[in-house]
Amino acid sequence: MKTLKIEDLSKNFGTTEVLKKINLDIDEGNFLVLLGPSGCGKSTLLNIIAGLETINEGNVYIDDYNVSKVEPKDRNIAMVFQSYALYPSMNVRENMVFGLKQAKISKEKIEEQLEKVSSFLKVDELLHRKPSQLSGGQRQRVAIGRALVREPRIFLFDEPLSNLDAKLRVEMRREIKKLHQKLKTTVVYVTHDQTEAMSLGTKIAIMNRGVIQQNDTPENIYNKPGNTFVADFIGSPSMNLIKGNLIQNSDRILFMAEGSNNEIQIPINNYDFDKKIELNNKEVYFGIRPEHIHYKKINENDFEIKLKAELSEYIGHEQIVTFNYSNQETLAKFASTIKIDLNKEINLYFDLSQISLFDRNTERRI
Amino acid sequence: MSANISTSYKQLEQKSKIKNMMLRWFLYFVLILFASYFIFPLYVMIVTSLKTMEEIRQGTLLTWPSQLNFESWGVAWGGRGYGAGDTFLRPYFWNSIKMVVPAVFFSTFIGAMSGYVLTKWRFKGDKWIFLFLLFGCFIPYQAILLPMARTLGVLGISNSIIGLVVVHSVYGIPFTTLFFRNYYVSIPNELVKAARIDGAGFFKIFFKILLPISAPIIVVTVIWQFTQIWNDFLFGSTFSFGEAAPIQVALNNMVLSSTSVKEYNVDMASAIIAGIPTLIVYVLAGKYFIRGLTSGAVKG
Repeated sequence: MKTLKIEDLSKNFGTTEVLKKINLDIDEGNFLVLLGPSGCGKSTLLNIIAGLETINEGNVYIDDYNVSKVEPKDRNIAMVFQSYALYPSMNVRENMVFGLKQAKISKEKIEEQLEKVSSFLKVDELLHRKPSQLSGGQRQRVAIGRALVREPRIFLFDEPLSNLDAKLRVEMRREIKKLHQKLKTTVVYVTHDQTEAMSLGTKIAIMNRGVIQQNDTPENIYNKPGNTFVADFIGSPSMNLIKGNLIQNSDRILFMAEGSNNEIQIPINNYDFDKKIELNNKEVYFGIRPEHIHYKKINENDFEIKLKAELSEYIGHEQIVTFNYSNQETLAKFASTIKIDLNKEINLYFDLSQISLFDRNTERRI
Repeated sequence: MSANISTSYKQLEQKSKIKNMMLRWFLYFVLILFASYFIFPLYVMIVTSLKTMEEIRQGTLLTWPSQLNFESWGVAWGGRGYGAGDTFLRPYFWNSIKMVVPAVFFSTFIGAMSGYVLTKWRFKGDKWIFLFLLFGCFIPYQAILLPMARTLGVLGISNSIIGLVVVHSVYGIPFTTLFFRNYYVSIPNELVKAARIDGAGFFKIFFKILLPISAPIIVVTVIWQFTQIWNDFLFGSTFSFGEAAPIQVALNNMVLSSTSVKEYNVDMASAIIAGIPTLIVYVLAGKYFIRGLTSGAVKG
């Protein structure tokens, strides 16, 4: 049984297609993060799961029951919003029990739930305050509390941390993670922040232009991006995508960057290709993350290459250096203690066990 | 060198000081001028209403009454006590109250409802409906006189206070809707979404979530509608006469129909009485009026 299943879901606003044939499912207790740039449809998808938006095509199942036409209040979900959406005229207690009162739950049960949740979230001293008298973090906590008292099957979070300042955001992120570990409820969480996605999710679905680009574990999203969009979207700075061609002769597969006059040939025999395909003369992107370009040889198989440094950006604990690899900008991340001479060729080491290759025509991983 | 610089700074400082002072004096001059321009007629009205007719004929417009004489106020409000032809304001004042209170209530309530629907329950064509409603704000009073007279006739409520309540309620809806729509647009939709997930329906969300935070705009709308309806003369004089007339119509009749001598003191007292309720509303709720007009989103 899947806790949540989305089947061939399409949604359009007028002539704009917002979601195109979305298929997605979550097992009980998982934490799914919908990650993507603004306008990719992730919030719309969340609203559809909540029942706040109608569906044009496809179905939504909760516990294998088709809820596509079920009212939001009857879907057994709870939602936490970006603006917290606390009812301004009610105090914290009234905010938290509003839903239970609507559901005509007995007074004793409501009190019990309120007691439990408010002490759990440490908001029991705020019960008589109005939302306007709370700090951002407290509001966030109350909003989560309002969701918790309903004991829902699925929690929906719509960018809940993006209104908080940087320090508080990290704190609340950790608290949400703790909360999930403790309660083990199924969560769908929308964000545009990749750090949030990586640290919270047990699964991440990356979306762009209404299509799910990759739905995978955080490790696979990071190490084995399914296409160039994911490779480019995840990581800061993002993965270097070096244009070039593959050459296959007898037992060797080589990568040569465009414009390199075949001088630098990177052997990629050990690359784990997705499928067996014709590789000779294939136009590809050679993907390597800046942190996998080393200043010193670390692994036996690291590939040595001489590149000219053009720019160094100091960002505290590390520096990002831009190299010129046959006229393609290639970024590397080093400890900031290393001294880099600009406009000089230096020896670098590519960790070939960490690379990704993409077909330049389909932009998919090969 | 440094001495030079400091003297030139001193000169500049002196210059800007003088300039600031002159600007300030000019500002006060203009403000006082305009303020007196508006206060002057009120002063004349009050002073005249407190004089006897004798004094009015002899003195000038501006002189202070030799003795405060409230008789004309009594006459304006309650008449002289003889039978036919004695027009006074009391019954018409209550007519106006009976007209204004329900009309303000209904137009405000309907405006709040439609503002709520137009912002929080978007539907196909809602923009067009809002556009038509906006258009209603620009229809001149005169244009609806004939159709409205016919409508009231068909409904059987012409020449009645109920008729005037209906006219003013309907005519006020475009304005009240505009006010409430603009206010509710700034309230995050997430509030409504959260309430829907919590199981609240259309009316519950309106009464429990939105209405309790609408105080500023309710005040604005009430003041606006109260002033409009209380001060209206055209609808009142067209759709009612005799005993059903509101105070503005009665005031007009009183001032114009006196056959013998013009009693300026009574006229002035009547005019002030007719204007007092709107003044009271402004004084009581005026600061909310400004606040409501300028307040943006309710942060929750």
